[in-house]
Amino acid sequence: MTKVFTNRRQSFKAVDGVNFRLYPGQCLGIVGESGSGKSTAARMIAQLETTTEGRILYRNQDITNTPGRKRKSIYRNMQMIFQNPLDSFDPRRKLGSSVVEVLCNYGFSKIEARAQMKKLMERVGLNDEIADRYPHQVSGGQCQRAAIARAIALKPEILICDEATSALDVSVQQQIIKLLKELQSEYHLSILFICHDLALVQEMCQRVIVMYEGKIVEEGAVDEVIENPKEVYTRRLLDSVLSI
Amino acid sequence: MKQALLEYQKVNICYSGTRVVQDVDLMMRPGEILGIVGESGSGKTTLIKSALGILGTEGRVESGRILFRGEELKTLSKERLRQVRGSGMGMIFQNPGASLCPVRKIGTQFLETMREHKTLNKKEARDEILELFEKMNLRDGERILNSYPFELSGGMNQRVAIALAMILRPSLILADEPTSALDVTVQAQVVKELMEMRDIFGTGILIVTHNIGVAAHMADRIIVMRDGKIIESGSKDEVIYHPRNRYTRKLIEATPKIRSKRRRPDEAGFRGNRIDQGIYEPKAVV
Repeated sequence: MTKVFTNRRQSFKAVDGVNFRLYPGQCLGIVGESGSGKSTAARMIAQLETTTEGRILYRNQDITNTPGRKRKSIYRNMQMIFQNPLDSFDPRRKLGSSVVEVLCNYGFSKIEARAQMKKLMERVGLNDEIADRYPHQVSGGQCQRAAIARAIALKPEILICDEATSALDVSVQQQIIKLLKELQSEYHLSILFICHDLALVQEMCQRVIVMYEGKIVEEGAVDEVIENPKEVYTRRLLDSVLSI
Repeated sequence: MKQALLEYQKVNICYSGTRVVQDVDLMMRPGEILGIVGESGSGKTTLIKSALGILGTEGRVESGRILFRGEELKTLSKERLRQVRGSGMGMIFQNPGASLCPVRKIGTQFLETMREHKTLNKKEARDEILELFEKMNLRDGERILNSYPFELSGGMNQRVAIALAMILRPSLILADEPTSALDVTVQAQVVKELMEMRDIFGTGILIVTHNIGVAAHMADRIIVMRDGKIIESGSKDEVIYHPRNRYTRKLIEATPKIRSKRRRPDEAGFRGNRIDQGIYEPKAVV
């Protein structure tokens, strides 16, 4: 049953001996405050950070510290969305063209890629006119939609969302969450959802990991963790959520 | 009736010809916490920037009056305006890293601010700053004063920015998304600290936020803005629990909530918590 299994440790201990599994079609939340190592863990999985110790397995295949050239095949199955969509796009390239580029890198012809890009953009709720704009000419929410379109372009199995909605205001945030949920069932995505807001994690995920100072302090079904937090830290995190 | 702390009368604001704030009327009493909520682009930030006169070269208050303690801000002399900004009202921004000067130590920035408004020597200033830090539970004050902003975390910088805005004991704090760049635990702490400032010093706070949870916890009254207009206003209970406007309801529904049988809203009120923990004594001097 193990599809993805990770185990790693970093020498200065941004991430300290963390073990977890992400199952197919599941959405796993990672919560914790700034500096708890949740982003680092995600970046290690996405090969954006080297892993000091431990192993990261994808479908029982070791993908720890994959050298540059081989990463291309990993990214076919694993894509990431970041907090600030503006920073994740080439500022001198139109949004549509950024999506086309990804497709071309993986063997699509220009014409196929264009057609596919239009479909993707439509799927995430952006029209042709937006695809023809530069990142700085669209709103944060639109830019994040384009980032999602780019991430699902190759129909990956795993989507890593690193605070994907934290920079957006509430109503846009809700739309993005709705879109992610739809895409999850449509594409049968496994999502690693990193967020510091437990309320959002509850809306999005089935299982949650609570990280503190690089370690996992609590793990379990979201509702269970929220209903009966075992760790003092989890309780503090819960009390910090200013819900209405 | 007591004099209003801040009052807007039919205010219209334009940015290079486009109207972004339309016919806004609002009134704040001394010591009140007023929350303004709305989406990006609703004009809420523009609204509070206009009080300080920091709209930039493109922005202009087209018509209407903005009064601070009965004085119309537009008619004030430069010198009087300088006095009002700082000792009358202070401002806190979303990104403290950007509002603090990056190449000067925190201590120097405090000293500069204080000397703009009164004569005092370094020793006196230091004592006064450390006293305020203590009230705000900022430990290790000496170290903070000797640090540059980049040496402190985002949350710490924001707390320092609050202290800097409070050092002259203004009667009004304008807070523009003060917690939006912070994570939940730090956010809760900053919210708590701002509320303590009101309890200790009687400071009125005008807080702009898109996080309705923050507004619901802090504010006495809430104003909802959309496309530059006030579409709903009232006491916290009215707006949050009995919203009349459809858009307000939509906004509240969009806010992520924790579903749990155990926790009910209001159960863990901040005020109660603090007193239980004996962290501070409520209602000292006003």
